[in-house]
Amino acid sequence: MCGIAGIVNLGHQQPIALDALKRMVSIQQYRGPDETGAYFDDYIGLAHARLSIIDLKDGTQPIHNEDKSLWIIYNGEVFNYPELRQELLKCGHKFYTTSDTEVILHLYEEKGTNCLNQLNGQFAFAIWNSKKRTLFLARDRVGILPLHYTIHNQRLYFASEIKAIFANKEINRSVDLESLDQIFTFWTTLPGRTVFNYIKELPPAHYMSVSPYEIKIDKYWDINFSSNTETLKIKSDDLVNEISETLMDSVKIRLRADVPVGTYLSGGLDSSALTETVKKNFNNELRSFGVRFENKDYDEGCFQNEMVDFLKVNHSEIIASNDAIGENLENVLWHTEKPLLRTGPIPLYILSGLVNQSGYKVVLTGEGADEIFGGYDIFKEAKIRNFWAKDPDSKLRPLLLGRLYPYIFKDDRLKQTLIAFFKNGIDNPDDPFFSHNIRWKNTSKIKNFFSEQVKDSIKDYNSYSELKKLLPANYFDWDTVSKSQFLESLIFLSNYLLSSQGDRVAMAHSVELRVPYLDHRVIELLGKVNSEIKINGLNEKYLLKQVFKNRLPSNIVKRWKNPYRAPIHKALLSNNLNLVKEFCSEDAINKTGIFNSVKVLKLINKLGKLDKAGEFDEMALIGIISTQIIHKNFIEDFNATRFESDNFDQFYDFRSINDKLKKVL
Amino acid sequence: MSEITVVKEFIIENFLFGEEEQLLLDTDFFDEGIIDSTGVIELVSFLEERFNISVDDEELIPENLSSLQNINLFLQKKLNKKDA
Repeated sequence: MCGIAGIVNLGHQQPIALDALKRMVSIQQYRGPDETGAYFDDYIGLAHARLSIIDLKDGTQPIHNEDKSLWIIYNGEVFNYPELRQELLKCGHKFYTTSDTEVILHLYEEKGTNCLNQLNGQFAFAIWNSKKRTLFLARDRVGILPLHYTIHNQRLYFASEIKAIFANKEINRSVDLESLDQIFTFWTTLPGRTVFNYIKELPPAHYMSVSPYEIKIDKYWDINFSSNTETLKIKSDDLVNEISETLMDSVKIRLRADVPVGTYLSGGLDSSALTETVKKNFNNELRSFGVRFENKDYDEGCFQNEMVDFLKVNHSEIIASNDAIGENLENVLWHTEKPLLRTGPIPLYILSGLVNQSGYKVVLTGEGADEIFGGYDIFKEAKIRNFWAKDPDSKLRPLLLGRLYPYIFKDDRLKQTLIAFFKNGIDNPDDPFFSHNIRWKNTSKIKNFFSEQVKDSIKDYNSYSELKKLLPANYFDWDTVSKSQFLESLIFLSNYLLSSQGDRVAMAHSVELRVPYLDHRVIELLGKVNSEIKINGLNEKYLLKQVFKNRLPSNIVKRWKNPYRAPIHKALLSNNLNLVKEFCSEDAINKTGIFNSVKVLKLINKLGKLDKAGEFDEMALIGIISTQIIHKNFIEDFNATRFESDNFDQFYDFRSINDKLKKVL
Repeated sequence: MSEITVVKEFIIENFLFGEEEQLLLDTDFFDEGIIDSTGVIELVSFLEERFNISVDDEELIPENLSSLQNINLFLQKKLNKKDA
């Protein structure tokens, strides 16, 4: 994978500075440490930092077509490129590399924007038509790879990461308070938003067409579910076989690389299934990598070890200590570029460091299986609450929640108050956000920590209204679980799981993640299946378990699903660290102006005394500290000129007055 | 200071972090999301320690703990029983 960056003159007439693009590439060089390249003409500057994975020798970017009228910079992998290449050869296209990059370029030449429907992969790219002076920017279906942009003074700036846009000092850097409102409700921003004013993200499955006259953004694909009457309702062997074959092919094409490919192995069903598929079918020498926790409450070592013994895989692991989690928070936020309400990304940042040190650039991971196959507790919770809503006075129905959360319901002292908590909203099962409302309401309480000034600025803003506009027309025909799956996929999948906990913390150490469960063929197939089969009773990911029931130890298939989590208050309030002193002192809080320092200090004081903290207090703590760090490092202390770099390794200069000519003149 | 004032101060300090405007006598802690499940344990531990009472499992129901008003009634009952 790689980093891309570009500046396009929309009406602006001044030449684009070469140094600007050098800085934009340099600041995100970890995305592509192997080589750099650029294309310049009088209207555009395109730059690329490459992590070489396919066609190591000749895949240097930018890449052009036969007559050099089309130029591409590209971050990603298109896994079905050999098949597409064969078709394009038959149509008469000529290739000068064996890369997937060149395949995309010729496919675009052949099909225009429709090329996107044929790509199976993860990508963000820009194609410049130098004859027509049009630019085509596109992002993969589920948003595995990032692509940000802004328009300033009649120029379009775009880049994989926001910091590359900020590397231009003319770009305004300030926190978008409405986005902050979203993060402290939904755990992340809604598609298209970032935490910074004026900086947008091209949403998943969207493309942007830029011409001298207009900028247009369109959607080319959507995660879809069938309405209740049209779904597949039978648990047939044929269905299980079809899923098995599709997954097998998804893994197979994701192993296409000219470097070795490893896997992440946590000991959960999803990563165990992937590791088994690769080891038993494609690569007996497979290496796997896993996270262990010093704090036993979070550790899954016994399941991980069971899988390592079962598969005899060459496994390496990191042990995430509380101190290591706290120490790495600031580095991780430099990469996530948004506040966090969880520390889960930090161990994965440490893990990608180990992958890099082990000489690996690519790993397969199990992300997406929970969204697509129906794995999260919140789906089952929605199912139970929906059942309870039909008889709200029932004493027995809410007790089903105890099967879902045995670890908290086992405490008899908590049972009745927990039931009262889950009863919230039960009188309105037709609410479009029925499944998520109690979580969002709980998270929203963090907004009570906002300063009066911030509260006043966003008092008329309603994030739910913005979310409602993003729901597809047929959303209301879906059952409760499908709606819940859609919300998870729309909000959490791309903007948290695949970015803050995925691409960003992997690319920080130049590691590419590949996600076989998010092959669009898998998503489309499961979209047709009734949720009663996906979650059979309260048995989550039933169909995935059917595929792997004879291929994995029964302990792994039948095990209770633990959500992946990492310690928070013990890690951030450690005496060995100065996180609170540095970022959350009364002065620091008042200087930023986002939070009320009196309340924040009361929270820190309370948590400092507790051995076990409540979920809300922990979310508030990491949310506040991470917002403070983001503000300091991206707004207060950001130095755009710090990132100078060497010349590009490959440079195509088509400017009418270029540097050579300047010397002559 | 009355018992309920002491409880109110504890809730304002620990769950509302100083913001008292939204807390009325009949504000429902669970409906308003002021106290979650771990919060209940914190609250009950405080009541037991501060008023030297023991709260049984079957007494841990929203009717006893969901608002200042309910806590007040519950506390009076417990304290009277202790004195008797």
